[in-house]
Amino acid sequence: MAELSYREMGLSDDEYQLVLDIMKREPNYLETGMFAVMWSEHCGYKNSRPLLKNFPTEGPQVIVGPGENAGVVDIGDDQALVFKIESHNHPSAIEPYQGAATGVGGIVRDIFTMGARPIASLNSLRFGEIDDVRVQQLFAGVVAGIAGYGNCLGIPTVGGEVYFHPCYRGNPLVNAMCVGLVNRNEIALAVAGEVGSPIMIVGAKTGRDGIHGATFASEELSEASAEKRPSVQVGDPFMEKLLIEACLELIKEDLVAGMQDLGAAGLTSSIAECASKEGRGVQVDVALVPRRELGMSPYEVMLSESQERMLIIPRSGCENRIQEIFDKWNLDATVIGQVTGDGMFRVLEGEKVAGEVPVAALTDSCPVYRREGEEPPYYQEKKAMSLTNIYAENPAAAILKLLASPTIASKRWVYTQYDHQVMTNTAVVPGKGDAAVLRIKGTGKGVALTTDCNSRFVYLDPRAGGALAVCEAARNLACVGAKPLAMTNCLNFGNPEKPQIYWQMENAILGMAEAARALDTPVVSGNVSLYNETADGAIYPTPVVGMVGLLEDLEQRCTMEFKAEGDIIVLLGNSSRELGASEYLYLCHGIEGGEVPQPDLQQEKRLIDLLQELIKQEVAVSAHDISDGGLAVCLAESAIQGKIGCRIDLPADGGQMTGLLFSEAPGRAVITVKPANLGKAQELAANYNIAATVIGKAGGKELIYNGNGKPVAIVPLAEASQAWEETIECYMK
Amino acid sequence: MRFGVVVFPGSNCDADCYHAVKDVQGQDCEYIWHQQSKITGFDALVLPGGFSYGDYLRTGAIARFSPVMPAVVDFARQGGLVIGICNGFQILLEAGLLPGAMLRNKSLKFICKPVNLKVLNNDTPFTNQFNQDEVIEIPIAHGEGNYYCDPATLGELKDNGRILFSYCGPEGQIGDDHNPNGSLNHIAGITNKEGNVLGMMPHPERCSESVLGGTNGYGIFASMINWLKEARA
Repeated sequence: MAELSYREMGLSDDEYQLVLDIMKREPNYLETGMFAVMWSEHCGYKNSRPLLKNFPTEGPQVIVGPGENAGVVDIGDDQALVFKIESHNHPSAIEPYQGAATGVGGIVRDIFTMGARPIASLNSLRFGEIDDVRVQQLFAGVVAGIAGYGNCLGIPTVGGEVYFHPCYRGNPLVNAMCVGLVNRNEIALAVAGEVGSPIMIVGAKTGRDGIHGATFASEELSEASAEKRPSVQVGDPFMEKLLIEACLELIKEDLVAGMQDLGAAGLTSSIAECASKEGRGVQVDVALVPRRELGMSPYEVMLSESQERMLIIPRSGCENRIQEIFDKWNLDATVIGQVTGDGMFRVLEGEKVAGEVPVAALTDSCPVYRREGEEPPYYQEKKAMSLTNIYAENPAAAILKLLASPTIASKRWVYTQYDHQVMTNTAVVPGKGDAAVLRIKGTGKGVALTTDCNSRFVYLDPRAGGALAVCEAARNLACVGAKPLAMTNCLNFGNPEKPQIYWQMENAILGMAEAARALDTPVVSGNVSLYNETADGAIYPTPVVGMVGLLEDLEQRCTMEFKAEGDIIVLLGNSSRELGASEYLYLCHGIEGGEVPQPDLQQEKRLIDLLQELIKQEVAVSAHDISDGGLAVCLAESAIQGKIGCRIDLPADGGQMTGLLFSEAPGRAVITVKPANLGKAQELAANYNIAATVIGKAGGKELIYNGNGKPVAIVPLAEASQAWEETIECYMK
Repeated sequence: MRFGVVVFPGSNCDADCYHAVKDVQGQDCEYIWHQQSKITGFDALVLPGGFSYGDYLRTGAIARFSPVMPAVVDFARQGGLVIGICNGFQILLEAGLLPGAMLRNKSLKFICKPVNLKVLNNDTPFTNQFNQDEVIEIPIAHGEGNYYCDPATLGELKDNGRILFSYCGPEGQIGDDHNPNGSLNHIAGITNKEGNVLGMMPHPERCSESVLGGTNGYGIFASMINWLKEARA
């Protein structure tokens, strides 16, 4: 490997000067590399840290907030959920299968590192337009990679989302979320333990793969990126499966003081993070690290991002038992160094000192950039676009077009490739509800999981859009009957050094923070992915929200499909005609503009509480939130899933119906109730001060949308089903 | 009854099968680690699904060399009930306890979805709780479930009622439209000549409780328990 300059490693001149000041000498090659990876955006959050401080991170439900490998929330009975979402965008852009697979591997390690049994995965994916052959290859590769890795681990992939938009053409987004279950007293933290404790590395041998992955993730993609294919690691899910089982056995027997996975920046980062927690130092000998390649330099060993490796710091006296457990699982565990008390990160190569850096310099001295944002000119321009003369000449055709939009259409092609039932807990499977629901064996409880982000909203109005991503996630959980507990997020943005991108990021984070506060869903973990740009420009700002919720009684879960002919359809929330930023405008008029519907956080909170109450009291028999495609699509999806049509009547004539049918205004959901329970539903809605309007009935084999009694659109259910169910399969044949 | 669930490195439906037998059926159940070379005191063995040894080679090709396998073969030869589900089926094929082999799914993709099965023979230790030709829904989740055997073997399987389950439509229609993986003769599950070893690709442990959306899988474990009880009586 040719030697790189500090600039090629990703350090700026100022940052290098800071290194010189700290070291009071020229750092050698290894030391420079260690600073470069630890001070990359991926590890050091140098551009995002000041903004992340805006997030609420506390609440009685929070057991462990940001700063650990994953966040932890209380679900009662001395149990907790451990969860986090993370990006693997750049690796997936150039090597979709392995990029996505190792993305799953990385986030799963974050979860079992905390002592939790991983119980579910979700994925939030963004690609360019699906009719592009290159996009189809990426899409197919990413889905196969997620499936190949997750299925082998035996962790069900239960939910997520897939969006298609030209802004992701060269820079797809692959965000993987994992959720684990842990007994409160078995939560493990990444700490170094006592001075003198041995440090063990276990799992895969170390190779040259993934060197500088963290740095690669922190720069824009270009033509030259394909040459960085060696920066993408190759996954071995079988090894990971063994690690999960072995590490969870160590935790059960209380044998470890500290445990940390090796992710971005490999040994350098995981050792530094463990040591920094308690001001410890470490001394490791790279000569002891098991290799899979000959002639690796200390630099390569310390920066390798080879997958499926864990760092273990045993409790004193437990070394032999740990070795026995690893032997049972046929895993190589090797002592590579020890914890020291001097606060130095010392790397030896045999007898020779290969590098020596203060731990705190790597973790705490990372420069932080408070940048100035600048409102981009598009913001006011797009907002001011007039939508007054826009209406659907053929609403039925528009509905079918929306149902066949790959972003809205059924994701069956995707989720049938994922094992979503292993572990036999999946009570609401993909496609059936607004969120996935898992039972917690041995209790009557369930947990609900979702990921959400409408990036068009965020692009057109980052503050509102950020808040709306949080609202949608919480609303989705409420629609299955769960109480939203807490969230994680994956903040995908362009290059933050550009003031207009920084403006998007700053405002989106502020919007998310406001909503998280209002909805009482603190942020307990997350990941930042910046520099999502190609020569064609930046992606739309895409702060993906992953949220978890609790169902005290699993039997009271709700799905989206219409349940029976004659059930009454009730619209909860205000009827809205705002078409701004809708999929309808984009798809049928080629417009991405207008004012983004503004969130009313108090109203949203009341709606979320009301939905839970309606489901708990068994008044609502189906529930589905109104989001992409508006009311028209919301009804069609419930009808398609239930194989029962509907007839609705809205108070509007002709052209005015367009807004009512396709508005994506937030704070709304559609439920169905038995006729006998309508009064109860209205009473409950009144208690929560939420409008509840009867708009029609489930029944028949058609979707009939009337305005003031006159038919505006009639779509045969079979046609709607075909459009919705077969679109993606047709493209991917 | 006392069930054993054999655990290979990479098995991932072991805990699910254990749960279905122990918690749902209320039977005794124990895990059997793949390095155990002796198996004693069991009435039935379950080889669960998963990716034994990662299945980087042919599915089940390495697992069959596990120290536990000679004991599994002995147990089967002595008439013990053995059910291999998904990867367990693949291992039984590799171990020669069942004839034939698995190819990749025709679509070349992993498929996880509920499918309909027709019970072609209800006079067996595994299907006695079903009606003859009953249609039951059970989920599949596999990348290599495209069963194949030579024509002579197929004739043998058909003539002796050894095909217990065929993929079918909701009304029991049998045809390519209802075959998820391209499996020969739409085969979803077969037994050995003696009828005490079953291999099936669908996962009965995933539909043994109503919370999981179906209970047809319950009948398979219940059939085994019923058969064992009668055999004992």
